[in-house]
Amino acid sequence: MPMTEQATGAHHPQPRPRSGGQQSAPEQVTGAQSLVRSLEEVGADTVFGIPGGTILPAYDPLMDSKRVRHVLVRHEQGAGHAATGYAQATGKVGVCMATSGPGATNLVTPIADAHMDSVPLVAITGQVVSKAIGTDAFQEADIVGITMPITKHSFLVTRAEDIPQAIAQAFHIASSGRPGPVLVDIPKDILQARTTFSWPPVMDLPGYRPVTKPHAKQIREAARLITQSKRPVLYVGGGVTKAGATAELKVLAELTGAPVTTTLMALGAFPDSHPLHVGMPGMHGSVTAVTALQKADLIVALGARFDDRVTGKLDSFAPHAKIVHADIDPAEIGKNRAADVPIVGDAREVIADLIQAVQKEHSDGHPGDYTAWWKDLDRWRETYPLGYDQPDNGSLSPQNVIERIGQLAPEGTIFTAGVGQHQMWAAQFIEYEKPSTWLNSGGAGTMGYAVPAAMGAKAGAPDRTVWAIDGDGCFQMTNQELTTCALNNIPIKVAIINNGALGMVRQWQSLFYNQRYSNTVLHSGPGATGTEPSAGTRVPDFVKLSEAMGCYAIRCESPDDLDKVIEEANSVNDRPVVIDFIVHEDAMVWPMVAAGTSNDEILAARDVRPDFGDNEDD
Amino acid sequence: MSKHTLSVLVENKPGVLARITALFSRRGFNIDSLAVGVTEHPDISRITIVVNVIEALPLEQVTKQLNKLVNVLKIVELEPGAAVQRELVLVKVRADNETRSQIVEIVQLFRAKTVDVSPEAVTIEATGGADKLEAMLKMLEPFGIKELVQSGTIAIGRGSRSITDRSLRALERSA
Repeated sequence: MPMTEQATGAHHPQPRPRSGGQQSAPEQVTGAQSLVRSLEEVGADTVFGIPGGTILPAYDPLMDSKRVRHVLVRHEQGAGHAATGYAQATGKVGVCMATSGPGATNLVTPIADAHMDSVPLVAITGQVVSKAIGTDAFQEADIVGITMPITKHSFLVTRAEDIPQAIAQAFHIASSGRPGPVLVDIPKDILQARTTFSWPPVMDLPGYRPVTKPHAKQIREAARLITQSKRPVLYVGGGVTKAGATAELKVLAELTGAPVTTTLMALGAFPDSHPLHVGMPGMHGSVTAVTALQKADLIVALGARFDDRVTGKLDSFAPHAKIVHADIDPAEIGKNRAADVPIVGDAREVIADLIQAVQKEHSDGHPGDYTAWWKDLDRWRETYPLGYDQPDNGSLSPQNVIERIGQLAPEGTIFTAGVGQHQMWAAQFIEYEKPSTWLNSGGAGTMGYAVPAAMGAKAGAPDRTVWAIDGDGCFQMTNQELTTCALNNIPIKVAIINNGALGMVRQWQSLFYNQRYSNTVLHSGPGATGTEPSAGTRVPDFVKLSEAMGCYAIRCESPDDLDKVIEEANSVNDRPVVIDFIVHEDAMVWPMVAAGTSNDEILAARDVRPDFGDNEDD
Repeated sequence: MSKHTLSVLVENKPGVLARITALFSRRGFNIDSLAVGVTEHPDISRITIVVNVIEALPLEQVTKQLNKLVNVLKIVELEPGAAVQRELVLVKVRADNETRSQIVEIVQLFRAKTVDVSPEAVTIEATGGADKLEAMLKMLEPFGIKELVQSGTIAIGRGSRSITDRSLRALERSA
C-alpha cells in the first residue's frame, strides 16, 4: 500500500457566490468573529461548552453575541450530551464547543453517542496553531483523526475565510439525510487571523446527495405485500421520529390495521395507548412485540436498522418474514437482514407514499385481513402483559417509582434516562404518547447520559417539564452538570433509582454468573458483599451532594411517600430537583432475551418461557 | 473469498485517503491493494482499491459505506473482462557474468525493461496484470531476488466511456 497520500496538496475549488443568492456585504472580522457570526446565521441559539487555550479567541466575541447563548458546563462530556438532548427536544442541530487536546477528547463519548443514535450535532473544537500541528504541542490531539469513525463528517479549517463555509456545511450535513455528528476543528491562529465575513457561503459538497424520495415501484410492491400478508408488523425505528413522520405513521397504521412496534429509539413515535401498539421489541421488549416479529410473515421496517438488541440471534430472527426495509441510509438496507423490498428515502415521504399505495390496493379490492393475527396478538397481550412484583419487605419497587413519575408528570414532559435497568423500566413503564418525549442513549449505551441530556432538553424547551430517570451508577458519572443547571436556571428534575448497585450488570451476574457480584456493589452498607439486602448507595449522600450543587433534594424510602414526593418535585420549578429513591436491589428487568440467543427463547420472567402453543408438534 | 476492483473518485482534499482506509479497517473489510492519483481533473483524485470479500453482500456494504463518505464522488466496480488492470514492479535480481544473459532473456520474454545494471545485480521494471508479474517473479526467483517493490493495481474500463464525466459535471454544478 502506498504510504504517501497523493490526494493532498492540490488547490481547492475557490468558493464563488451562488448566482442570484442574496449575499451580505463582506465585513472585516477576525476568524473568531466569523465563527460567531456564522453560528448566528445558521440559527444556533444555544452552545454548550468550556473555554480553554486554543478556543479562547472564539469566546471573546461569543460574550457579545445577542443571538447565541453559551451555557458553561462543568465537563465537556456534559456539553456533548446536553447538545444531543437539546437537538432531540427541539429538532434543531445541537452545538457543543471545547478546547483542543483533553477538551476535545472529552467530547469523544457524546460524539460517538450521537453517531450511533443519528443525532444532529456540531462539535466545534479549538486546535493548536497551524504551524504547531503535528509537533505534539501542549494540549494537541488529532481530534479529526480520533473522531473519524464516529462522525458523519469533519472539517479541519486551514484558512480563516473558510470558516463560514465550514459551519454552514457542518450544519447542513449534521441535519440532512441520516442526521449525525459533524466536527469542526479550528486552529487558534485561524481564529485570530483577519478575514472577511459574508453570508451565505457557497456550499461545496458535490459528493453529498442524500436520497429522500422513495422509488415508486418499490412503494407499490411494499403496499402489495402489506395487503397480501396475513401476519404483518410495522417495525418503527428512530428514523420516523427524526423525519417528523409520526402523523403519517398513525394514518398508515390505522389504514392497514397492522400491529405497530416502536423500538427504544422510537418510543412516542406511535402512541403507547393506541390499540394497534404492541410494545417495544428486543432484548427487554414486550412478549407480544418480540413474538409478533418472530411469527410475522411480513416486517415493514421504517427508519429502523435491525440492531442486535432488537433481533437477538440474527440467524433465527423472524424466520418466516419477508422484509420491506425503508431507510434514508442505503447502507442500512441489507446490512444485517436481507431486504425483499428495499426502499431508500426519508421516512415521512416513504410513509406518505405508502399510504397512497395501500389506499389504491384497497380500492382495487385487496383490503388485507389480519383477523386471525390479531387473535394471536391479543391472546399474547392478555397473557403476558408487562408487569412487576412489589417487594415483600416493604421497600420501594423501582418499576413502581418510574411508573408513578410517568403518571404524575405534567403533559408534554420530556424524559431522559441513563443506561441500565432504570432505562429499560423507564422505556417499559412510562407511557409515551408523543414523539421526542423520550431521550436516551440507545446505540452507544452511554451511562451518565441522563443528567446532561436533560439539561440540554430543558435549555431547548424551557416551558416543558424534564425528568431525568437515572441510576445511582450513572448519576455518579455526570452529576456535576446539576451545578450548571442550578447556575443557569435550567430546573430539571432527577430521579435517582438508587439500588446501591450497577443493576443491569448485577442482573446478568444473577442470571449468568452464579450470583457472584464482582464489582457491581456501589454501596458500603449492609450487603456490601452482596449477601444481605442493600439500603442503596449512601456514600456519597446524594441528597447532600445535590443540595451542595444548588438543587432541591429529598430522599424517598417508603411506598407510602412516593406520590407525595413526586408531586413535591413537580411543584418546585425555581431550581433543579433531585429525588433519591432507595429501591429494592433484586428487582430485575423482564421480559428478557439473553444476549446471543434467539428471540424464540424470550423469558417473560425468570424461568418462565411463554407458551405460544408451538411445542405441540415436539 | 473473491477479489473486486473498485475505482473510487474522490474530492482531491487533505485527509480523504485517511477517511477511506479508516473506514476499511473499522468495518473489517480487507484491502488487497490500493493506488491513488490525481485524474484529468485536478479537483478529483482516483483511488483504485482491490478488495477481498467473503460474499457478494459485503461488497455491497463496502460500496454503500464508501458512498456515505462526504468526499466520495463516485464508485465503479471494474469487471476484469471489461477493464485493463495494471500494476508495476521494480525488482533487483542478483546477477553475475554467468547469469546476466539468462536474466535479460527472461526480461525480454515478459516484455519488461532493464533499468539498472551493476556487477552484482540487475534492476528490472515490469508492468502488467497480476498473473504475468507473478509468473515473471517466479522465473527470476532462482537467481535471487534482493529487493522487490510493487505498486497497487490501477485499472481503467475498456471502450470510449469515461467514469469521470458525470462526477466532473457534479463538481462543476456545486461550485
